[in-house]
Amino acid sequence: MTKGNDVNHVITALLENRRGVLARVVDLISGRGFNILSLNVAPTHDNTLSRMTMTIKGDDHVLEQVTKQLNKLVDVVDVSDLSQKRHISAELLLIEVSATPSERAEMAKLAELHDATVVCVHPNSMTIQMAGELDKVEDFLNLLQEGQVYELIRTGVIISPRDGTVNSEQ
Amino acid sequence: MKTGAECILQGLQDAGVETVFGLPGGAVLDLFAALYRSPIEFLLTRHEQGATHMADGYARATGKTGCCIVTSGPGATNAVTGLATAHMDGIPMVCISGQVPSAMIGNDAFQEADTVGITRAVTKHNCMVRHVDDIPRIIAEAFHIANTGKPGPVLIDIPKDMQSASTDVVVAGDLNIRGYQDTFISDDKQIDALAEAINSSKKPVLYVGGGVIASGATAELTALARKTRIPVTTTLLGLGAFPETDPLTLRMLGMHGSVMANRAVSHCDLLISVGARFDDRVTGRMDMFAQNAKIAHIDIDPCAIGKSVAVDLPVLGDAKDILIKLLDRVEEIDRGPWMTEVAGWQKSFQFEYDKNESELLPQFVIEKIYEVTGGDAIITTEVGQHQMWAAHFFKYTQPRTFISSGGLGTMGYGVPAAIGAQAGCRDKLVVCIAGDGSVQMNIQELVVAVENDLPIKIIILNNGYLGMVRQWQEMFYNKEYSATPLLPGRYARREKVPQSDYLPDFIKIAEAHGAKGIRVGEKDKVAATLEEAFAYNGPVVVEFIVKPEENVYPMVPPGAGLMEMIQSMA
Ligand SMILES: Cc1ncc(C[n+]2csc(CCOP(=O)(O)OP(=O)(O)O)c2C)c(N)n1
Ligand SMILES: [Mg+2]
Repeated sequence: MTKGNDVNHVITALLENRRGVLARVVDLISGRGFNILSLNVAPTHDNTLSRMTMTIKGDDHVLEQVTKQLNKLVDVVDVSDLSQKRHISAELLLIEVSATPSERAEMAKLAELHDATVVCVHPNSMTIQMAGELDKVEDFLNLLQEGQVYELIRTGVIISPRDGTVNSEQ
Repeated sequence: MKTGAECILQGLQDAGVETVFGLPGGAVLDLFAALYRSPIEFLLTRHEQGATHMADGYARATGKTGCCIVTSGPGATNAVTGLATAHMDGIPMVCISGQVPSAMIGNDAFQEADTVGITRAVTKHNCMVRHVDDIPRIIAEAFHIANTGKPGPVLIDIPKDMQSASTDVVVAGDLNIRGYQDTFISDDKQIDALAEAINSSKKPVLYVGGGVIASGATAELTALARKTRIPVTTTLLGLGAFPETDPLTLRMLGMHGSVMANRAVSHCDLLISVGARFDDRVTGRMDMFAQNAKIAHIDIDPCAIGKSVAVDLPVLGDAKDILIKLLDRVEEIDRGPWMTEVAGWQKSFQFEYDKNESELLPQFVIEKIYEVTGGDAIITTEVGQHQMWAAHFFKYTQPRTFISSGGLGTMGYGVPAAIGAQAGCRDKLVVCIAGDGSVQMNIQELVVAVENDLPIKIIILNNGYLGMVRQWQEMFYNKEYSATPLLPGRYARREKVPQSDYLPDFIKIAEAHGAKGIRVGEKDKVAATLEEAFAYNGPVVVEFIVKPEENVYPMVPPGAGLMEMIQSMA
């Protein structure tokens, strides 16, 4: 098969909320040589199920194969690759940036312009909390200068279809 | 009230299990205590790998789900190769492993291994029992998962305290596994499209794999081929899915397939794959595979379709169901020119060997096994040259009569698989075709055959080499036979080795295990010896001293296309 271009895929899956299930999913992905760029898992409104969202870079055809194989796992109730469909995405970040007392106001303003909030101020830095769509997050991070970011903690992207109910039209 | 151990055995009985293979240990003492009082037949193996291959051979011969029990730690790790073998070939099996008590898990307890973690990649599904109440459900689910969809092995890891605990929940209840799809309703549109492609094809070929046997669809496949007059080639695992005595047969395809099959696949305009997975040993160089053909793929595994080759006509579902529907929609068409072309290949390119050779040739032995049995036997094989010769020179006409490790290529499979097959089919003649290398990997299981009156016949083709590897060294590595001669070092230069100096002495090995051993080196004694061995009422090892450096031909060299076959060294 010809190799396509490697792009980011966001795969979302409903898993049985049981011991070992996440390991099984991660095993399958890493066993095929992929690096998981981000991963987020938590129980859903139904406590017996967990929602997992995962970002993987890879070729379309190979990713389709991975999605099919995930679907075959007995503990995986549903899977879809939503990145190719209309979707809403969100991510939460905590960013510690350098900000001396004289720079504080400017940094706070920049955060505000991006709907981010300052959650903690330290003597020469501040921690900003930001939540939002991927593009917006990237815009903000791009504005920060090299050396300005001391710490970047991200939850990984979560995703939901624009047309409602996840995985409905599989 | 029942104990967990009793629930396990009840679950096995409810699933129809009659025979279990395995070996006890500390973590399954409770289970074995219950087994002592159970009607289930238990065959004590001498190694857990043997137990898994026996369960596998039993499953392949009978179509039922094989079952084995092993202890924790080393028992479970010994089972890994057998699980992987069954996993690759889609064989239904349930393996129960003991585990250290729940409270000790994670403490590096005595004989603890993370069995669920270790076997994750080599099972269709696995799980650990956390509550004794779950046992009936988990056992029922395991058998359901093992034997539906694309079959495969399931492992259940059961901590010792779960076996001794008591429960009121002694029945499984209704199965509802929400993450598991067991049936695939075939799509009429896909079947119509395929029927139309068949009806308009001028040069079709059927390419058949083990899925047809798993689905029980051999009669339907044969009916389809005969109605449409489409020639049929099979994979190694597909042997027996279509009678190799039928005029439409092209025999096996692939790296060591027939020239006629590989030509037909390379020239066809429609390749209809049924229950096969386009393995690299079958396709050769991918961009040269069936270049002129539309590809149709009937398979129950959504992952198999489109995995290694782009498919024009996918049909997802059970082979039997689809073939029945297809049969009504295809027409009897006269494809004269294609039939003539195919007949030409069939005339020129049967499997061959040098009939004038005075030394005993391995191919000759297999041909004699075919003649003496009249083709009516279950053949198991080890892995190597002898395995390919067993595919070439015996003609398979019935499903579940050729039992071999295809996907994983596991040396050590053939002997225990023969014992398992014989345990499942007591009235059949079961013959294991083995190499002198492979047969040593699980020969300890011969005792199991003797003890349980399982009169298997082990035919060793002793060429004094890890022959298949030696063949690659001869062809691609300068004839430097690194670590492939199996005879004593002083014969490294291969002057004629006296038979009395062959090591190990397979006759003594046979006798030490309580079986009969016969050694033969002359052509004219082969048929009579086989008749004697097959008539003997018990396990026999027949060692044939064959020409050491014989090669398997034809062969598609690695990386080449199916049309680039080497037909002999000359
Ligand atoms: C467990 C295992 N180890 C190694 C191999 C690699 N291998 C494939 S064929 C072969 C030689 C088998 O020798 P023998 O059983 O004597 O059969 P022959 O080819 O000589 O007929 C080897 C070592 C294998 N398939 N399985
Ligand atoms: Mg050999």
